[in-house]
Amino acid sequence: MLIIILRRLLQAVMVLLFVALISFLIFRFVGNPVESLLGQEATVAQRAALENALGLNDPIYEQYANFVWRALQFDFGNSYRGALPVAELIALRLPATLELAITSAIFAVIFGVITGIYTAINRGSMMTNFILSTSLVGVSLPTFLIGVLLIWLFSVELNWLPSFGRGEVVDLGWWTTGYLTVSGLKSLILPSITLGLYQMTLIMRLTRAEMLEVLRQDYIRLAVALGQSKRQVYFFHALPNILIPVITITGLQLGSVIAFAIITETVFQWPGVGLLFINAVYFVDIPVMSAYLLLVGFAFVVINLVVDLLYLLIDPRLRDGQLRKEV
Amino acid sequence: MRRFLQSDFFYDFSNTPVAVVSFVVFMVIILAAVFANFIAPNNPFDPASLNLMNGFTPPMQANEFTGEVFLMGTDDQGRDLFSTILYGLRISLFVGIMAVMLAMVMGVTLGLIAGYLGGWLDTLIMRFADIQMTFPSILVAMLIYGVAKGVLPPDLRYEMSIAVLIVSIGLSEWVPFARTVRGSTLVEREKEYITAAKMIGLSKRQIMLLHVLPNVLSPVLVIATITFALAIIAEATLSFLGVGVPTTKPSLGTLIRIGQDFLFSGEWWILLFPALTLLALALSINLFGDWLRDTLNPKLK
Repeated sequence: MLIIILRRLLQAVMVLLFVALISFLIFRFVGNPVESLLGQEATVAQRAALENALGLNDPIYEQYANFVWRALQFDFGNSYRGALPVAELIALRLPATLELAITSAIFAVIFGVITGIYTAINRGSMMTNFILSTSLVGVSLPTFLIGVLLIWLFSVELNWLPSFGRGEVVDLGWWTTGYLTVSGLKSLILPSITLGLYQMTLIMRLTRAEMLEVLRQDYIRLAVALGQSKRQVYFFHALPNILIPVITITGLQLGSVIAFAIITETVFQWPGVGLLFINAVYFVDIPVMSAYLLLVGFAFVVINLVVDLLYLLIDPRLRDGQLRKEV
Repeated sequence: MRRFLQSDFFYDFSNTPVAVVSFVVFMVIILAAVFANFIAPNNPFDPASLNLMNGFTPPMQANEFTGEVFLMGTDDQGRDLFSTILYGLRISLFVGIMAVMLAMVMGVTLGLIAGYLGGWLDTLIMRFADIQMTFPSILVAMLIYGVAKGVLPPDLRYEMSIAVLIVSIGLSEWVPFARTVRGSTLVEREKEYITAAKMIGLSKRQIMLLHVLPNVLSPVLVIATITFALAIIAEATLSFLGVGVPTTKPSLGTLIRIGQDFLFSGEWWILLFPALTLLALALSINLFGDWLRDTLNPKLK
């Protein structure tokens, strides 16, 4: 058991080091650290001095080690635009992205599970067919188009909800939140739906498939035979058994939520990390791109690791290492 | 041709309405894009054919100054939207096709090498693929796009942006090809005809290209179709975000981006028609790809 956990941890660290290597190569060779620090008007002597001070003449593996070491202390260098430390920029914008991601995940889970159960219980009804075919169109629609269409309907035509920004936010010192004001909450609705819609359809399909599978089991038939009400059977016998795969997939999907947040944040001009990244791509702001890659890589690796370890905890068959070898 | 018409494949096709409809829609879109210069009422990239007075004409209504009528209306510069969409389709489809080709060639080659040669090369390629797969492909594409822009000298960035876009999307989609081809190569490698080929002294390259490759290609077609839809959506997304094709050569994504700006002033048609075209295109490829997958590979049903 311990060995498996250690091996998974080691794998995760290897992946992170690889991501850091790519991030380092981008930072070191695509970008120009000297120019980013000194600006374009520096003299040759100043450049040489800084190159030495930054260790750009050191062997490459030493520079890489230094890069990783500095990244561990959240030092990613300065942004080309605005010349602020990248870590500061990201810290400033992280709350916006996290609040958006969490809200959309909650939305996706609640509505996904409800519609999934509904379509599994009422197979073949008009409403079920309607939900299923709409979800097919929803999956084919690109995220940005969903956002634009929502803006058109709810901001332009109906004028109910704001079309951009976070609204009023409350500053808690190290965190800014939009959860505490009316305009903040209103601003959250459209971006969250845009971001969560794809995950919602995924969760819905999964819940539906799992539910159909579970409802065929003997113990469900037994519960029905014992004369329990439909509601009891669905919610106390079937639902708990489908929650584990649903939670796993939701957890694994958190990573892509972060990626798709880039698109949603651009459509709604949401002042989060994704918007920072897309602007960095647009203006070729290398330090920001490289730091973002590290950040997202870290998030993905941690998410995968946690899900894997949870599996070990839940499923005893994986623990003795037998299954691993077969696979 | 007759054999094709009597095949199971065609029978299944003609008896699946979804497949027929999506295929017809897709073909209409392709033909419209290919023959854009014959169909389009005017060339949106030819300044001489534009009349600024025609700006913001709603669809199917006569312009209040010139009296001209446009099927889908015009944008702010008086460009006929229908023509702009046709030319935009060309760019979207071109980028999509080229990106899929790149992803396919790269994925098939690497998958073949990994599967047939094995060893450390296999480990290296597949580990890399695993790591890339943990990131969503749209993110990978954005990153490659940003890096490529950083590498290129500033005066070339603008001209090269279509090529950069193709490379970014292509490189972000090669993994599924490589995985599938590697899997089938591992199976084919152990078969007798490969042993026979080895016996008569063919080189590894000859065996890989002439003997293994033709036998592992059939699932590639299905992946290519699905990847094509993904590539078109990726292109539209990147262009919409402003990190895709230049605005002088607008693709569907760019047109939607432009359309969004006019949404608040009530010119809804500038957004609606490009959006509908993109939806029709993505949906038809997706549905056709689903059908193709189910038919060519009944095991997945």
